[in-house]
Amino acid sequence: MILTAESIKQMKERAVQYPHHKSAILPALTIAYHQIGHLNDDLYAEIAKVINVPAGEVAEAATFYTMFPKEPVGKHLIQVCHNISCALMGADSLVGYLEKKLAIKKGETTKDNLFTLISVECLGSCATAPMMQINQDFYENLTPQKVDKILEELKAKG
Amino acid sequence: MFYSPVITNAAAVAKSDRLHLFRYVEYPDQIKVATYEQHGGYQNWRKALTGMTPEQVAETVKNSGLRGRGGAGFPTGLKWGFVPKNSPKPRYLVCNADESEPGTCKDRVLMERDPHAVIEGMAIASYAIGCRLMFIYIRGEFNHSIDRMESAMREAYTRGHLGKNIYGSGYDLDMIVHTGGGAYICGEETALLNSLEGERGLSRIRPPFPAIEGLYACPTIVNNVETLAAVPHIINHGAEWYRKLGTEKSAGSKIFSLSGHVKRPGNYEVELGFNLKSMIYDPAFGGGILGDKKLKGVIPGGASTPFLTPDMIDVQLDYEALTAKGSMLGSGAIIVFHEETCIVWVLLKLIHFFRHESCGKCTPCREGTAWLEQIIDRIEHGQGRPGDIEKMDEVCSNILGRTICPLGDAAVMPIQSAIRLYRDEWQYHIDNHRCQVNTRFEFK
Repeated sequence: MILTAESIKQMKERAVQYPHHKSAILPALTIAYHQIGHLNDDLYAEIAKVINVPAGEVAEAATFYTMFPKEPVGKHLIQVCHNISCALMGADSLVGYLEKKLAIKKGETTKDNLFTLISVECLGSCATAPMMQINQDFYENLTPQKVDKILEELKAKG
Repeated sequence: MFYSPVITNAAAVAKSDRLHLFRYVEYPDQIKVATYEQHGGYQNWRKALTGMTPEQVAETVKNSGLRGRGGAGFPTGLKWGFVPKNSPKPRYLVCNADESEPGTCKDRVLMERDPHAVIEGMAIASYAIGCRLMFIYIRGEFNHSIDRMESAMREAYTRGHLGKNIYGSGYDLDMIVHTGGGAYICGEETALLNSLEGERGLSRIRPPFPAIEGLYACPTIVNNVETLAAVPHIINHGAEWYRKLGTEKSAGSKIFSLSGHVKRPGNYEVELGFNLKSMIYDPAFGGGILGDKKLKGVIPGGASTPFLTPDMIDVQLDYEALTAKGSMLGSGAIIVFHEETCIVWVLLKLIHFFRHESCGKCTPCREGTAWLEQIIDRIEHGQGRPGDIEKMDEVCSNILGRTICPLGDAAVMPIQSAIRLYRDEWQYHIDNHRCQVNTRFEFK
């Protein structure tokens, strides 16, 4: 099993809340994603057993939703919003700045496996642009100084 | 976990006896149930549940003139009225918190800073339609909103605002916080319901409408966060009070998310009918254009609404006035851009989004958005061909009105308006293989 006992417990708790337990697929995918950082076929099979739905249905749903990476990513997944409000405030140059700082291209992971850099669609932080999401956290009103500090802190944490 | 640092006009709202949604969004501890109760919170839920019939609640909201704040602007009370009176099936209320329309960041503020107001609105709406299990569908990236809504929900249960036999009325009401997986389409109500059922977020053919056959094929009402947050105030002050706010046909107040090239981007609550030019230039709101540059255009209602040029911005922000200008109020997301912005570049950002977010169910939307992105991409990169503008027009007219859900229309309307309003610039791009303006926005 890849899923921890805690993840399994959380999934089972969610499944019984719904009138139809198939509704627990998305919450279960979220729990698995938070534990592992990405999703794959093995996980779909495990989730299916835990919440008692066919594995195909879990995979069918999972592959639709872009929030869950389907390949392993670095410890810190940096997602820069590249949509219009952020783009007007320099999102493209923010991506370029991060590429330079991390010495990787968009879509790549650093050699130490600490950071993966991608750009994504609107994250609902339009009036605090530009912004990025790193794992569960939003970082808004970004400046080069703020980005430097954020990266340093994450590097120090490892 | 970090919460949104976004600017609001809460201080001005607190002094007004007309504005109400943002009154406490910058008040310390408003997220706690005790503070919310001190501010009169849950009294309207109590009033509705113990002093009014469900029909009276629905009638009050209907008479208030409240319309959906998620984008479509459909009259809320009328929508509630579509739930069959004598269906033996359970009824469901779903609060739509899949806030994903580019430019829109208002529901997040309500969920993060006044989550009990959302719950109270949901509870009153549930009672009006006879729902015993209500859902809030929050987009999966909004971890802070999810966290705050879950904490608030637990507190509401503890204080007896949710659960069994609420206020001794015999009415039971439960709540589930459900999270999405990062799909814009799930803000469309039928796609949202599929997603909530554990399916891919594909939109459904209507009829049947969700009010008749929605979640688990049961009568279901889907309302936006801001819409529901207004409901307790309507119960508190009455339909007449709410009707007097705003304009005759666009009653009430609305939160506008102001973003892009303004000095003070933020979320501002104003009465409907407020002037767009004032919103952009008034020091209490946008404060003017960044760097005092010249305004080039405005998207007034989120990425799916047609553009306004500078000569069109002396307009009221309400459903009718914006429609009369060829645009829409949408979700109230005002995106402003100045003279150094290439219109083709803007459209490339927008069409990339719609192509990415098309669920793929309808061929015109799935294929058409991809073609449009290809054409706009080549124009933007100096590879435009004679006839490309006409080709875009043709593709657009083959998408518009030919898809199950409004995503196809949403992708097309900004393109059509951008061609109509800025045609010379598109032509220049194609003829000269380059842009008229050097669009380079640095973050600093």
